[in-house]
Amino acid sequence: MHGALSKYRICDFTGQLAGAGATKWLAALGAEVIRIEDPVRQGRWDILRGIEPFVDERRGIDLGGGFNNHNTEKYGITLNLRTDKAKEILRELIAKSDAVTENFAAGVLASWGFDYEAMKAIRPDIVYVSNCGFGHTGPYHRFKTWGPIVQAISGITFTSALPGQPPAGWGYSYMDHTGGYYMAMAIMLALIHRERTGEGQWVDLACTEAGLTLNGPALLDWTVNGRPWRQDVQPSSNRSQWPPMAPHGIYPCAGDDEWLAIACRSDADWQSLGALAGQDWCRDPAWAQMTNRLADQDRLDERIAEWTREHDKFELARALLDTGVPAAAVQKPGERVDHDPSTSGFGLWPTATHTQMGRVRVDGLPVHFSETDWHIERGGPCLGEHTEEVLTRVLGMTGDEVAALREEGVI
Amino acid sequence: MSALAGIRVIELAREPIAFAGKLLADMGADVILVEPPGGDPCRRYPPFLDDQPGDDRSLYWWHYHTSKRGIVLDLDSEAGRRDFRRLAASADVLLEAEAPGRLRELGLDYANLVEVRPDLIHVAVTPFGRNDPKSQLPATDLTVLAGGGPVWSCGYDDHSLPPVRGLGNQGYNTGCHYAVLSILTALLHRLSGGRGQFVDVSLHAAANVTTEAASYAWLVKGDTVQRQTGRHAAVQLTGETQVRCADGRYANTGVPPRTPKEFGAMLGWVRELGLEDEFPEAVFLEMGANWEGPFDLSLLGRDDTVTAIFSAGRDALKLIAGRIPAYDFFIGCQRVGLPAGIIYSPEEAFEDEHFKARGFQVDVHHDDLGRSFRYPGAPYRLPASPWRISRRAPRLGEHTEEVLNSLAD
Repeated sequence: MHGALSKYRICDFTGQLAGAGATKWLAALGAEVIRIEDPVRQGRWDILRGIEPFVDERRGIDLGGGFNNHNTEKYGITLNLRTDKAKEILRELIAKSDAVTENFAAGVLASWGFDYEAMKAIRPDIVYVSNCGFGHTGPYHRFKTWGPIVQAISGITFTSALPGQPPAGWGYSYMDHTGGYYMAMAIMLALIHRERTGEGQWVDLACTEAGLTLNGPALLDWTVNGRPWRQDVQPSSNRSQWPPMAPHGIYPCAGDDEWLAIACRSDADWQSLGALAGQDWCRDPAWAQMTNRLADQDRLDERIAEWTREHDKFELARALLDTGVPAAAVQKPGERVDHDPSTSGFGLWPTATHTQMGRVRVDGLPVHFSETDWHIERGGPCLGEHTEEVLTRVLGMTGDEVAALREEGVI
Repeated sequence: MSALAGIRVIELAREPIAFAGKLLADMGADVILVEPPGGDPCRRYPPFLDDQPGDDRSLYWWHYHTSKRGIVLDLDSEAGRRDFRRLAASADVLLEAEAPGRLRELGLDYANLVEVRPDLIHVAVTPFGRNDPKSQLPATDLTVLAGGGPVWSCGYDDHSLPPVRGLGNQGYNTGCHYAVLSILTALLHRLSGGRGQFVDVSLHAAANVTTEAASYAWLVKGDTVQRQTGRHAAVQLTGETQVRCADGRYANTGVPPRTPKEFGAMLGWVRELGLEDEFPEAVFLEMGANWEGPFDLSLLGRDDTVTAIFSAGRDALKLIAGRIPAYDFFIGCQRVGLPAGIIYSPEEAFEDEHFKARGFQVDVHHDDLGRSFRYPGAPYRLPASPWRISRRAPRLGEHTEEVLNSLAD
């Protein structure tokens, strides 16, 4: 099928989520993404290949549920880059590719003989995008990271916290997702530049720097006003600093571990909340003004929590929304995936067919294009699933040649 | 040449999309921010320069609107709409986050604008998507992250504490990342000879597919992850990875030792700090260091020796972290190849020598104040088509005349 990015071929060494998430976007929009994996180590560099969740009792390198989720619509081939023949095949593939992408630790691809200069010699306008924690220059360029470390370094963990508590951080690799988004942007920015000038380039993406850009106002408060975010009493990240809003928080509801988010943007929102709640404290004239509510947030939050505790989170969220106050139930995975018309109605959970796992629902893309919408049908590739297809179709080899390479341990 | 030089983007000022406009503008796009008379409310958000509120003193505004030009148009007047149509005729991209229906009522929706600009790329960002009635209801970053999944996964082991929303408008940011991905994709399609198009971006959907295993543990197996302090939410609870160091700052212990070489390094570090006497498990570190060949990780929890060795590795990390400053712990771990990290506050990260050496701090001149200020720099480095803050955020209506005078009638 024809997609927005159908003319592009990506020679893809990415894995995990920080890299694979980037090329998932490209593949869903039509790019031909060819994953290259090591047959000797069974592609285990991408640890998600063989780890849970599993669809059934089977275990194995082709059965990781996370891997399938992040690698839909990609092709998978194996190349044993310890061999000269595999390096020659890689050279041929780079010559026929628009971009080379990887998220190894800095220097790994170069150690195999494929640094940017070498790839440029093969294809002068190649786009090369590397994505690692600290980038390829600077004092820490040899340091290793994974999502939680990137978040720790870049301030993202520290700024997610309640007062008097240690950092809560993010309960998942937010910066693997987001690093992947920046990597996909970088690939496309470089392709746009190439379309307009004919010039390729090496993009050095450091996930920690991408993370640092995500708390801009806090950084300017530091550089301009000298105010650090590390303070004796940590601000609550459930409250709203910029702009100040009160009440603004996450409150308990009826049931076990059930919560509701409420944001009163203005005195008018507060009046609406008060009319709905009908409690004595809603009529407290001292709380009619935002400035007073901001100064008294601890007490305010206690009163709100006493009220919300008596109610069902979905019913109260709906009632608040109907009166014009921003509110949302804190949704559990099953609630937002299976019982939320705003996700299913958007087509957010497409079913992909994986060669061994069968039909499995995966994350879709949260956008729709009127002319060239995304497309996810094929699951993540099994190890070497498309080696023969790619070597014959893209590089023009014969089936016999591929069989011989397999015999020699090249693929 | 900047990657997006010559690409004109109209951004209809709204808080949730400001970051998307910045990402495009800092890559060279000619982003024209359209504000209503009186200005966008975000102009009045704190923090302020010297903590003094006032026009053009909002650091929030400064950050989100770098490299853009700003104009004022009253879309509720016929003259304003006429000017907007002239502007649209000159634009490659319209980026907006209006309530669904508003642009149609104004006669300025995609169907109208393609008449003046047939290859327009129109990207609409709404809370739940353009066709979802819930998009008419109010939403904020907090409600997007709460309803969309991220909040469920973040917080503490103690579930009597509320789950946590992280700072920084990350719900909006995620929507902005997808808006930019959509725009770049649509531009590439156009460069390949394709048409312009309309793109519908849902903030709620963007949050939903940015939760890692929370979504796919459910999709694959129907399992629900539970939040834990400072580490991944999980179906099966996991051991702590966040440690308070000797200086009171926290560190993430990362991936514990797994190879004989790493166990040897841990043993050496324990000895160097004089901690061997109070750490009887050091004997297991030594066994790990002398282990023949790689460990069979499937034996963890089944073979007592392998389990004790790995447990000693984790315990040694925690012991050391508690005895030295967080920064020394971070550097010490990384020197022996263990991916651990200090939990920096944003300003501590910003001042770290690594980011300084890479030129992450950039100066932006504010001609109106006669001063320069340091801003966060590039999220990625494209040497042939560099990221650059080309100008400070615009004052209200600063470029109205300049832009309108340049347009064809």
